[in-house]
Amino acid sequence: MPLSALTGTRLRERRLAAGLRQSDVAALAGISASYLNLIEHNRRRVTDEVLVRLATALDLDVQVLSTGNEVALIEDLRVAAAASGEAGPEIDRLEDFVGRFPGWSRLVSQLQGRVVGLERALQSLNDRMTHDPHLSQAVHEVVQALSSVRSTAAILAETEDLDPVWRVRFHRNLHQDSERMAVGAEALVAYLDAGSGAEEQGIAAPLEELEAWLKTRDWRFSDAELSGGLESEVAGLASVAARSLARGYLAQAASDALAMPEAAFRAALQLSGPDPLTLAAQFGTDVLAAMRRVITASDMSAGLVVCDASGTLLLRKPVTGFPLPRFGSACPLWPLYAALGRPMVPVEAVVETVGPAAMQHRVIAFCQTRYPAGLRGPELREAAMLILPQPERSSDVSRVGSTCRICPRNDCPARREPSILSEGR
Amino acid sequence: MEKHVLLIEDEPNIAEAIRFILSRDGWQVSHEADGSRALARVRDLRPDLVILDHMLPGLSGLEILAALRADPATAAIRVLMLTARGQGRDREAAVAAGADRFMIKPFSNADILAEVRAMMEP
Repeated sequence: MPLSALTGTRLRERRLAAGLRQSDVAALAGISASYLNLIEHNRRRVTDEVLVRLATALDLDVQVLSTGNEVALIEDLRVAAAASGEAGPEIDRLEDFVGRFPGWSRLVSQLQGRVVGLERALQSLNDRMTHDPHLSQAVHEVVQALSSVRSTAAILAETEDLDPVWRVRFHRNLHQDSERMAVGAEALVAYLDAGSGAEEQGIAAPLEELEAWLKTRDWRFSDAELSGGLESEVAGLASVAARSLARGYLAQAASDALAMPEAAFRAALQLSGPDPLTLAAQFGTDVLAAMRRVITASDMSAGLVVCDASGTLLLRKPVTGFPLPRFGSACPLWPLYAALGRPMVPVEAVVETVGPAAMQHRVIAFCQTRYPAGLRGPELREAAMLILPQPERSSDVSRVGSTCRICPRNDCPARREPSILSEGR
Repeated sequence: MEKHVLLIEDEPNIAEAIRFILSRDGWQVSHEADGSRALARVRDLRPDLVILDHMLPGLSGLEILAALRADPATAAIRVLMLTARGQGRDREAAVAAGADRFMIKPFSNADILAEVRAMMEP
């Protein structure tokens, strides 16, 4: 059972919500009230056996006490520590920190998100300056005119005995440059106005924008919505790139819905479970389509990641307890990548995320190839990995992470770069 | 003896202002606006100091600087580089190409005068 240092916090929340006293719960669980007090304040780690007794005393599923929303917060803070590049944060006391100071933890997480956003904005604007000749030229024009105005105005202001001929010449120059500056500034403003939104300027990655919108829909769409179109919602996305991605996603989802109508798909899913190969065969479609359909047309708590042949993640539908990297590359031990190297061969595994909040999931990965330019064109690969709940803990698991930088598994043979969890130790 | 400055700058009004400032301070100032003619002007005039704009028609400031440094006859001439871009890599590129000093537009008259005076000190 994945016990976390925050188990005590959850225990305390549940006891208080039930209106029970520590002494009552402790007595029902067969432990002392003082011991329970230490557990609730995360000062003692609780054994599996005691946790089961406490869950029984509170009339709760023991799983409720062993996992919680803090997992995501802990991951966020790990990312923040990784991004800081400092050895300062006490990673080994992260859970303790989250448990004791949830408000501060959320604030740090939010600030980290803000920092990431600003860094991206800076990078985006820098890239734009570097690679956008129109912007660079417009700025150059304004700066050149400004330089001339500054020097000329200073000469006029500071030279009392200026020769009249020079005075006339500098006045003329000043007028020319002020006109030029006005034209340059107008061009600059017009150019920037054409893409004034943060997303328009590439500050939010288009994929993140798409995923944020899908999250508001819980990634689910009815067949009627898909056939009727969701253009009004898509039009609300800020960037052209995100709208383009959303239209592509919806077109694919609509095609999946035609191949696997909602009612029939749900019935098939009920019968055979989330086996994408069986579902694909039953509906005469491909395996990746069946995987996507599990996400859009069922109530299952499932995640999905899709990548291209480079391993770049094209879609990330998260699921509790399986942290997905926001930036950069994912864990190379994901079965997704094993499938990518073996097209048309399904890969099934039970994976356990590393770290104190380790959770197990059953994953099914599959890779398909296509040749859009025919026999002599390039082979394109796309792999997907369905991330499903694992109801019972398994001893035969593969340990995987999110991404190397925040993974605590120091002895991992697939490590690409040092983890912040080992730095400074 | 008057020290000689060659100003290589394609913006006529900026060139006029710099020329005025330096002339008033006692420097002999020549001007060239075209990058492709700049090298020949330097070789002909053998100035004590070159004020060189980064972006020029014909030949860029960095290309001119590299050519000056590669020619033993002009390699020792001091060069003050001007740029309207001001990005870190421009500064690095100018220093790597052999610029003695670097100024970012818009600069004040006092600043460019101070730079030129400092560079011409024995």
